[in-house]
Amino acid sequence: MLRPSLVPGVLALGLLSVFPAFGATDAQLAEIRNEIRDLKATYESRIQALEERLRAAESAAPAAAPSSAGNSASAFNPAISAILAGTYANLSRDPASFSIPGFARGGEIGPGRRGFGLGESELALSANVDPHFAGTLIVSVTPEDTIAVEEAYGQYLTAPLGLAPKFGRFLSGIGYLNEQHSHVWDFVDAPLAYQAFLGGQYRTDGVQVKWVAPIDQFVELGAEAGNGDAFPGAQRSRNGAGASAFYAHAGGDIGESQSWRAGASYLNTGSQVDGVNARSRVGIADFVWKYAPNHNALANSLKLQGEYISGRIRDQSRQDGWYLQGVYQFMPEWRVGARVERLDPRGVDDVSYAPRKSSVMVDYNPSEFSRIRLQLARSQVQPDLADNQVFVQYILSLGAHGAHRY
Amino acid sequence: MRTLWKCFALIASGLALAAHATLSVFATVPEWGALAEELGGDKVKVYTATSALQDPHRVEARPSLIARLRSADLVLATGAELEVGWLPLAVQQAGNAKVRPGTPGYFEAAAFVPLLGKPTRLDRSEGDIHPQGDPHIQTDARNIGRVAEPLATRLAQLDPPNAAYYQARLKQFSERWSAAVAKWERAAAPLKGVPVVVQHKAFTYLIAWLGMNEVAALEPKPGMEPTTAHLSEVLATLERAPAKMVLRSAYQGDRPSQWLAQRAKIAAVTLPFTVGGTDGAKDLFGLFDDTIQRLLKGIE
Repeated sequence: MLRPSLVPGVLALGLLSVFPAFGATDAQLAEIRNEIRDLKATYESRIQALEERLRAAESAAPAAAPSSAGNSASAFNPAISAILAGTYANLSRDPASFSIPGFARGGEIGPGRRGFGLGESELALSANVDPHFAGTLIVSVTPEDTIAVEEAYGQYLTAPLGLAPKFGRFLSGIGYLNEQHSHVWDFVDAPLAYQAFLGGQYRTDGVQVKWVAPIDQFVELGAEAGNGDAFPGAQRSRNGAGASAFYAHAGGDIGESQSWRAGASYLNTGSQVDGVNARSRVGIADFVWKYAPNHNALANSLKLQGEYISGRIRDQSRQDGWYLQGVYQFMPEWRVGARVERLDPRGVDDVSYAPRKSSVMVDYNPSEFSRIRLQLARSQVQPDLADNQVFVQYILSLGAHGAHRY
Repeated sequence: MRTLWKCFALIASGLALAAHATLSVFATVPEWGALAEELGGDKVKVYTATSALQDPHRVEARPSLIARLRSADLVLATGAELEVGWLPLAVQQAGNAKVRPGTPGYFEAAAFVPLLGKPTRLDRSEGDIHPQGDPHIQTDARNIGRVAEPLATRLAQLDPPNAAYYQARLKQFSERWSAAVAKWERAAAPLKGVPVVVQHKAFTYLIAWLGMNEVAALEPKPGMEPTTAHLSEVLATLERAPAKMVLRSAYQGDRPSQWLAQRAKIAAVTLPFTVGGTDGAKDLFGLFDDTIQRLLKGIE
């Protein structure tokens, strides 16, 4: 359709081409001018009428129409999302020989395989079940073609006092990193302290209750009871809970541009390994601090995070470890980060060497749904045997929009 | 001991009264916070989760937001997936059953507005698109008016003793608002048909309302950062079909629009986008006063 501003111009052009050869008198000119004015007025009023009709049609449209899906069964399909991840790793030492001297071995530890490797492909389904329950299932397909249940939990939504108990298998709420899936971590691998004390990441089958205090200051308390099968626990055949966890988190904003969260957690597993009763007790102190101008992380942001873990694994004497990391987004789509970490075996098995590791990374995020990362690390887990590591990692997320977890 | 208990009971009942005296409203974006204040007056306590200087697509479920959600009586969201990245998670973590989607304590403004810009091709290769349509509905002043009535009804539903109060304030607001909309439409008459470039496709409703003409966007796809290649393409388009100005919202970086404005010799106009985006946009009325003033300045 012609825009109103173009109408007179087009008409004038047309008229010029029709009457090029005539020498027009003033009267004729005036007549032509009048005709143009009339035409312009008619067009403008017609355009206005059309716009009016468009507006009427828009406002008459059902405002809150239910989404287009019809009556088909698939209209109730849960939200589905998938994560594709993979790495290329160049490791100067054979990962098969990986162990942390002085620390009990369990869970998924080590830098992963050499060369090209598929990471865990993750599939997540979630939906409300009925007015009372919601459910989430997250399975991962490992490169070895096995399927593992990462998380599978229900949540009772209508519990009183703001409690929404989770039950099933879930990532424990202890620490900061533990509850996050590996694809949202800022580095390819879990910190050494997580590997040594939690077998990479601690998940349990059981019940979790979290409670947020109804005040303006963020205070969250959580408690879990689980079977304690996973490291640092061990499988057992007994009734009752084999593991319990308690934690408290507090957090908030400082001014217009900073935010923080800090917490303390305690994990206790009672376990029976080779007929010998063994208990593990792990304490974690964690903090994260973020800076983004006006909380707007579009262009620049800074994130500092650290965790200190101390524990007695399987009734050994107390050991500890920590990591500290920072990630800086220096321009939209690009981030750099560094992590330093250390473990102290405290003389267990007569080991006095303190394993350490330093990593740097840069990642590129073309959109919210894709990330490509380069990570260089020097891992000195065993004395005199440094492992120089290069990782290239991709993470793609498909389907339902992921959550911006703090 | 007895007096201690009495004191305690007194404080507790005082706290309970204070908590119930006002309706606690959690607005995801400044425009709905401002509207809730217009309609709720001193019967509501409004907390606004984000500012005009924040990209509403990139908000994180920060601890402070979770804490505020925990004791909210009403969540005021835009909907149409604007808050999809953080609100569902924050509501879930807060554990406040009163404000779950589907309950009276959860209100989505986009449900009461005819949505524009519904993608014809629903695929992420089109960028960060919203399946139900463009969620930036607040840039058309008439949409604010459309949301006011159902919002007042909702406030009355949650706080029946003050129902008459909300209705009275709605009537007052609606009258003022219609008059203001008419005034803005008259003032904006010279903007009709004006070709503009936008940095992010954030002004679909404003452009449709005032009859302007969006000729290009600096983001190659919604939510993707402008690239040099795409900016050059836009510049080439403008040589064939010139635009009058390039629009960006206050929360976005100004480099892409400055780049284009200098080369195409057109005005770079920063619009408040929502309440608080500029010094002039102090409330909803100021938001549109300032928006139209800045646009008119852009075509001078």
